[in-house]
Amino acid sequence: MNKTVFSRLLRFIQPYMGYLVVSLVFAAGNVSLTLYAPILVGRAIDLILGPGNVDFSGIARIVAVLLGTILLAALFQWLMTLCTNIVTYRTVAQLRIDAFNKLQTVPLRYIDGTPHGDIIARVITDIDQISDGLLQGFSQFFTGIITILGTLGFMLSLNVTITLVVVVITPLSLFVASFIAKHSFEKFREQSATRGEMTGFVEEMIGGQRVVKAFGYEAHAQEQFEQINQWLYDCGWLAQFYSALANPCTRFVNGVVYAAVCISGSLAAISGRLTVGNLTSFLTYANQYTKPFNEISGVVTELQTAFASAQRVFDLLDTEPETPDPADAEEPSECRGNVDLRDVSFSYSPSVRLIEHLNLSAKSGQRIAIVGPTGCGKTTIINLLMRFYDVDAGGISVDGRDIRTLTRDSLRGMYGMVLQETWLFSGTVRDNIAYGNPDATDEEVIQAAKAAHAHSFIKRLPNGYDTVVSEDGGNISQGQKQLLCIARIMLTHPPMLILDEATSSIDTRTEARIQKAFTAMMQGRTSFIVAHRLSTIREADCILVMKDGHIIEQGRHEQLLEQGGFYAELYNSQFAQTG
Amino acid sequence: MFQLTRYLKGFKRELIVGPTFKLTEAVFELIVPLVVAKIINVGIAARDVGYVLRYGAVVVLLGLTGLGCALVCQYLASRASQGFGTVVRNELFAHINSFSHAEIDRFGAPSLITRLTNDINQLQVAVAMLIRLVVRAPFLVVGSAIMALCIDFQTGVIFLIAAPLVALTLYLITSRSIPFYKTIQRHLDRISLITRENLAGVRVIRAFSKQQTEQERFAHASDDLKEASIRVGRISALLSPLTFTIINLSIVAIVWFGGGRVDQGALTRGEVYALINYMTQNLLALIVVSNLVVIFTKAAASGARVQEVFDTLPSVTDAGNSEVVPVKGAPRLEFRDVSFAYGGSDEQSLSHLTLSVAPGETIGVIGGTGAGKSTLVNLIPRFYDVTEGEILLDGVNLREYPFAQLRGQIGMVPQQALLFSGTLRRNLQWRDEHATDEEIFHALRIAQAQEFVGRLHDGLDTRILQGGKNLSGGQKQRLTIARALVGGPRVLILDDSASALDFATDAALRRAIRQETAGTTVFLVSQRVNTVKGADRIVVLDDGKVAGIGSHEQLFKSCPEYHEICLSQLSQEEVNRG
Repeated sequence: MNKTVFSRLLRFIQPYMGYLVVSLVFAAGNVSLTLYAPILVGRAIDLILGPGNVDFSGIARIVAVLLGTILLAALFQWLMTLCTNIVTYRTVAQLRIDAFNKLQTVPLRYIDGTPHGDIIARVITDIDQISDGLLQGFSQFFTGIITILGTLGFMLSLNVTITLVVVVITPLSLFVASFIAKHSFEKFREQSATRGEMTGFVEEMIGGQRVVKAFGYEAHAQEQFEQINQWLYDCGWLAQFYSALANPCTRFVNGVVYAAVCISGSLAAISGRLTVGNLTSFLTYANQYTKPFNEISGVVTELQTAFASAQRVFDLLDTEPETPDPADAEEPSECRGNVDLRDVSFSYSPSVRLIEHLNLSAKSGQRIAIVGPTGCGKTTIINLLMRFYDVDAGGISVDGRDIRTLTRDSLRGMYGMVLQETWLFSGTVRDNIAYGNPDATDEEVIQAAKAAHAHSFIKRLPNGYDTVVSEDGGNISQGQKQLLCIARIMLTHPPMLILDEATSSIDTRTEARIQKAFTAMMQGRTSFIVAHRLSTIREADCILVMKDGHIIEQGRHEQLLEQGGFYAELYNSQFAQTG
Repeated sequence: MFQLTRYLKGFKRELIVGPTFKLTEAVFELIVPLVVAKIINVGIAARDVGYVLRYGAVVVLLGLTGLGCALVCQYLASRASQGFGTVVRNELFAHINSFSHAEIDRFGAPSLITRLTNDINQLQVAVAMLIRLVVRAPFLVVGSAIMALCIDFQTGVIFLIAAPLVALTLYLITSRSIPFYKTIQRHLDRISLITRENLAGVRVIRAFSKQQTEQERFAHASDDLKEASIRVGRISALLSPLTFTIINLSIVAIVWFGGGRVDQGALTRGEVYALINYMTQNLLALIVVSNLVVIFTKAAASGARVQEVFDTLPSVTDAGNSEVVPVKGAPRLEFRDVSFAYGGSDEQSLSHLTLSVAPGETIGVIGGTGAGKSTLVNLIPRFYDVTEGEILLDGVNLREYPFAQLRGQIGMVPQQALLFSGTLRRNLQWRDEHATDEEIFHALRIAQAQEFVGRLHDGLDTRILQGGKNLSGGQKQRLTIARALVGGPRVLILDDSASALDFATDAALRRAIRQETAGTTVFLVSQRVNTVKGADRIVVLDDGKVAGIGSHEQLFKSCPEYHEICLSQLSQEEVNRG
């Protein structure tokens, strides 16, 4: 699996292959020069024999080469990092754009059915993880391997026996590293699980402080918290201890290699097979030799995480998109506003049936109110009308044309939609109103705001139409947001409307304004209203009473009251004496 | 920040022994180059194999002892830092628990959670580093330089030039790149904002066919991030080549000048090598020191954030209160000219409310958003203290009650239907730990929840996920109502708690409360006229002021604010039917 992930990742890197190749060349250059330096230093030391016996002109020549080597090595390293930065950041930027663009084509079913936090994590943290993995992978994995090979080569060129001594001791370092990694990994997993548990608990208890206080639950909460905290301590100190072993243990193995080189090298020097300068080069190598091993093992973990993240991002990219509009899809130039639902059946999951054999006919200019208890499928009708979801059976047509033969854009353009959960993006009030019609002039925007009864409150905002709507919308109330959404629709003049009335949390004055705005907007337009307000319901041309996904009653207010059925019961229940 | 060190008191042993051991290891590390110099100068020069082996063994022994010392130190550091974190977390959680709503509002729950988790983690890291590295790293920096100066003062001067140069490079590059990291974080926040907006607003975006625009908006943000990352990369990419260059140039200098000193007979060849070795050690230690500076800067910020919480004292306490005895014949609840303003605000959220409520009476509270409805009911369990006037329960001022006695008598249903992870039974036993299933089902029946709970496969043993995610809004609301009813509260407060219920269920709920909880005083807060219409008396609030108190019929005639609210929601005929 990792292989396919890797090759897919490579395809994203492909366009920057030039930079990658150049960066590898620089890396190779940097490593060879870095490794060459100790040899030069060793040669210089060989020219320093004792008092009155120092070959200065020889040293001067070596120093000149050494200076060049050092400066060039530094330059190569800098250029290498620049190149890997470019490759990495450009690759992940493209990956991120692809992931986001995918979100614009996936069916609503995917977005409704996946926790948003999870999708955001894929676009943000997972791709960050890939970025870190690539950066380290390029810079440390590759240079690490060249360093190991290069060191071996240089050492072999100096002395075979001592090199063998180093090679034999090396596995010890790997063994120690993997032993520590295995133990600390287990404990770290335990620790992060416990940490997750603690965060969950704290989020609940502190987020719900009002309830905790109201019920005097503080002591219980403290007790449970201390319990989790104790667990966290139990695995936390072990995790930290194991991982803290890595440094001293590596230092020790390094020390052993160093001592072994020192002894065998000195013995070789005594027997004349090695110069003292060679010995110092060897010692320098021995000091550096285990470093790339540790780096590589660190990078491997990092790469594993990056691959796991890449898998999650690719899963998102592989999500089946919406069925594309047919090639011959129509874009009707005008819309009279006759909507027919014929024998429509639909459910979100096959096991729970929701809408079955629904028939409905809305004539041009009519108001259709949809009422019923929560969870009866009212908002599902909106999903079907807008083709956010496709019907399972039956069909919906506008002016006699099946909506599946139209482009989605043209169908959705026919409706103006105001949902209960208002959505504004973080931009100015003006930009939000002009969202559906960015070319609108300032006068048109103000006109729309006036028609939506929003102008007066917008004027009172600190920066009027230039006030920025913040993400949490703290500066604008829920009801005012709904007025802005209405103004947004007012600017696009759609032939049909879909309105979802708010159930609560709007103060009475704003509420009255919204009512007026809705009424003005509905004039002459076919409107579908998920209704909670009695006044809206009473004035509708047709009331659909829904229960458990079925339309059980259909007609005008007076007719339905006379029938004395579910609607009458629903209507009267509010006036039943409460005592 | 330094006040937090009081929590280190319990770890004195670790704080002293740990660094001592670590220091010993560092000393051994500094001795190694000297031993090697001896091997080169004496062992090799004299061709003495025994000498080489003996001193080689010394190098291994130094390493082994060093390892032992280091392990002891790491062990103590892990114990102490995690122990410290655990103590601070317990204390901080307890302190947050003592806060009243005013303090929670001031910090905000997410901020308190970050302080309790991330910030304390940062402090833990700092404590570990304090023990492990704060003594060791600077010691190695100074020690290697001193050793070099002792070997040969003239050549050692190179250290006095190189070390500050490396330190300066580290400082310049780190301090230059830090502002860029803030920029990058800002770009990242923007990317995450656009993604969040697109997920939440997917219906609107598709309704307006704005997918193309959104893609461009995102591509733009992503581009900004890319550019900023590459820019900061350009600066930080200098770090390693520059330090490499300085150190290696110093080594060249050591070879050159050291060679001259050997020529004069002031230095040996082995010592030249030892000097080179010390130079490398010096560099590595300097890099550790610069990392330490970053860690401690972060920890100082975290420490300040944690200390800020500790420094905040709860504004409402029951300290020193003991069980009170109710006054016979007093009204259940009495508001005497009560006014309230939030934390230092000049504007009163509730002004001059006087109201006396009898046992069994139902009080409706109505008004627009921000009229002061929730404020009024939040004063009853003393979530906030009144700014003027007084509130009495059973004739005794609320301030004289211990919290347990006061809140134990109140059943509160907050606006936000909040349940906790655990079984349904545990959730419903919050008011009364020992409530039997029978009592629980009684409460569920009143809350109109017995039907759907009965349909649940595991009944009361059903597990509720965090935040009650596996339940619908209406179901959660009914369960929070049932939770408040278990154990029969004497005062029941419903703060706009029926918003997710349909008309029929809402009406049935009010009927059941009326019938089943005789003797309980009920506060019904709502924006809907229908909900409060049947109450014995209705308090109409407008901008914190009491616009009227009375029955529906009285108020409809005499209170213009109430009249307006009614007509905006009901037809004339419906008003009259009430």
